[in-house]
Amino acid sequence: MKQVIEGNQAVAIGAKLCRPKVIASYPITPSTHIPELISEFVANGELDAEFINVESEHSAISACLGAQATGVRTFTATGSQGLALMHEILYVAAGMRLPIVISVANRSLSAPLNIWGDNCDTMAERDSGWLQFHSERNQDALDLVIQAYKIAENKEVLLPAMVTIDAYSLTHTYEIVDVPSQEEVDAFLPGYKPLHACLDPENPITQGACAMPEDYMEFKYAQQKAMQTAEKVVDDVFEEFENKFGRKYRKIEPYRTDDAEIILLTMGSMTGTAREAVDKLRERGTKVGLAKITVFRPFPKKELITVTKGANLLAVIDRNISLGLGGATFADVSSAYINAADRPLILNTILGLGGRDPTVENFCEIVDRSKEVMKTGKVERPVEWINVRKEDVT
Amino acid sequence: MKNPFSHEVKIVGKITVGARITQPGNSMEYKTGSWRSYKPIIDKEKCKKCGICVTYCPDASIKRTEDIPVIDYDYCKGCGICAIECPSHAIIMKPEV
Amino acid sequence: MIEVRFHGRGGQGAVTAARLLAVAAFKEGKYVQSFPMFGIERRGAPVMAFLRMDDKQIRIRSQVYEPDAIVVLDDKLIKAVNVCEGLKSGGMGVINTKRKPSEIGFKDIKMATVDATSIAVKHGLGSKAAPIVNTAILGAYARAAEEFGVGKIGIDSIVKAIMESVPSKPNENADVAKEAYEKSIFA
Repeated sequence: MKQVIEGNQAVAIGAKLCRPKVIASYPITPSTHIPELISEFVANGELDAEFINVESEHSAISACLGAQATGVRTFTATGSQGLALMHEILYVAAGMRLPIVISVANRSLSAPLNIWGDNCDTMAERDSGWLQFHSERNQDALDLVIQAYKIAENKEVLLPAMVTIDAYSLTHTYEIVDVPSQEEVDAFLPGYKPLHACLDPENPITQGACAMPEDYMEFKYAQQKAMQTAEKVVDDVFEEFENKFGRKYRKIEPYRTDDAEIILLTMGSMTGTAREAVDKLRERGTKVGLAKITVFRPFPKKELITVTKGANLLAVIDRNISLGLGGATFADVSSAYINAADRPLILNTILGLGGRDPTVENFCEIVDRSKEVMKTGKVERPVEWINVRKEDVT
Repeated sequence: MKNPFSHEVKIVGKITVGARITQPGNSMEYKTGSWRSYKPIIDKEKCKKCGICVTYCPDASIKRTEDIPVIDYDYCKGCGICAIECPSHAIIMKPEV
Repeated sequence: MIEVRFHGRGGQGAVTAARLLAVAAFKEGKYVQSFPMFGIERRGAPVMAFLRMDDKQIRIRSQVYEPDAIVVLDDKLIKAVNVCEGLKSGGMGVINTKRKPSEIGFKDIKMATVDATSIAVKHGLGSKAAPIVNTAILGAYARAAEEFGVGKIGIDSIVKAIMESVPSKPNENADVAKEAYEKSIFA
């Protein structure tokens, strides 16, 4: 049923439809509405689950980890400093191969203290062994939570997953979301059956044990293999979801890329605004298209190369900064092309940090700069910050 | 000794998923007594059979008996806690040769 | 696409007003998007909320810089904030005030005013010191939109949205919207 709801509500309803048994959460702006709503669902009987009030995000994810290790589905929500505080346990959850699903309201990291949107928080966790799904709209947030459970719990994958929504531009924005029925979701995502990690006195096991140098690398290699397997599983689950719910998801989603000379590579909620810019520039005759990253881990190298085939320039747009290098996506994208015979020029733009509003004009500016670079064929400054007062920093 | 991570119900390959250990009590196979550089020895004359050494042993390597306690040298790592805690100073730590 | 900007003070319900109008437009088959001014809200501080509506899917997510209409929940804000900033020429303004549109002194704006405060207080919404005027102002919006042909949303849809989404005193809130619809002034 179609409803007008905010991004946080979409996540909370999506999580509820997946029937998690334990939710442990600590509030943080801008994701606070999610645990608030879920605690209401638990209190009024809509969701049969244990809601644990904890004293920090480190405890929230630890409680989810412990509960998941006993053999139930779990959920939590956080963002920014909260995710950073979970950092240690994120690696533990991934190493123990517990398919926990969490939502992250993408918000900048202090200092300076700032509660607004960028995705430095999730980018800092890209090496943790978690699957990452990024939402452009509130509908994506709801749909991706449901699909994330299915992918994470696949017996060939068994990896935790995070689903992101951008601070305010999704979390606090009301728009139309088609909410599936409980029956539809139950048919798509059956109850969780733990295959490997559960508490059973008849079959006692040890979880979270020590592995010596003679075994540790095999476990890390197994995680890497699971990530590679997830590439296929993501496609399968996306396809099954499309067949059941009629909404199509792709790891890399192209938009007007067919004859595009310049392709903007975007992620998250800025994509919608970038689409407007693409349409505007197309009207003026500029051959520009867009590719949106929905799945950031496992990183969709093959799909990226396929989508950008024939393009002269790929403009990677990052709402994050890996200080001392450039955008986090830029680094990953560059590595995807490193051995490709035919590759576009690659430019990186940093914008929208700490909630600075990405506008249509910003994307047009990126295309203008791309055109200049294409004229000479030389990339002199691969990383450029835009909509920033450089003159104030001397 | 058997690899503790090997498991009859394999999901992927020869190692368990997520480093689970599926054989309870497998640490029995791991004789940590070889780590020891000092060996605790109970003096039969001084021992009052109070059992404090049994309580304090972090490896549960000292067992109560009808007579004086018995140290299981297969697992005793030689930490010396028993010798420090013994109120009768009945345990001496003797260098391993 | 129609873009509306709401001006109020923290606690007056500007954000809810934008959301209710979004629900009303959704009921008329429109695509909608509503959001608060991103950030920290403090009671009494000037706040903004936004609404976009269109016949096709809304993709843009930047903030609203050039609205087609402004809605002001507290006329004392006019001194503190430039409520007309970026308003499109020929745009529409709906203001909660005891004054007439001609007394406000805005130029090139299609203006409607309504004494939403008195209407809300009469129906027992909030107190005299802190009246809840957001549903009353929506009635005035519906009337002004009809009169000027900007961002039309029917009063019936607004009443339906209020009845469904307002948790406390839905009937009174619906009544104030209807009364404000009748009592809006245009000159």
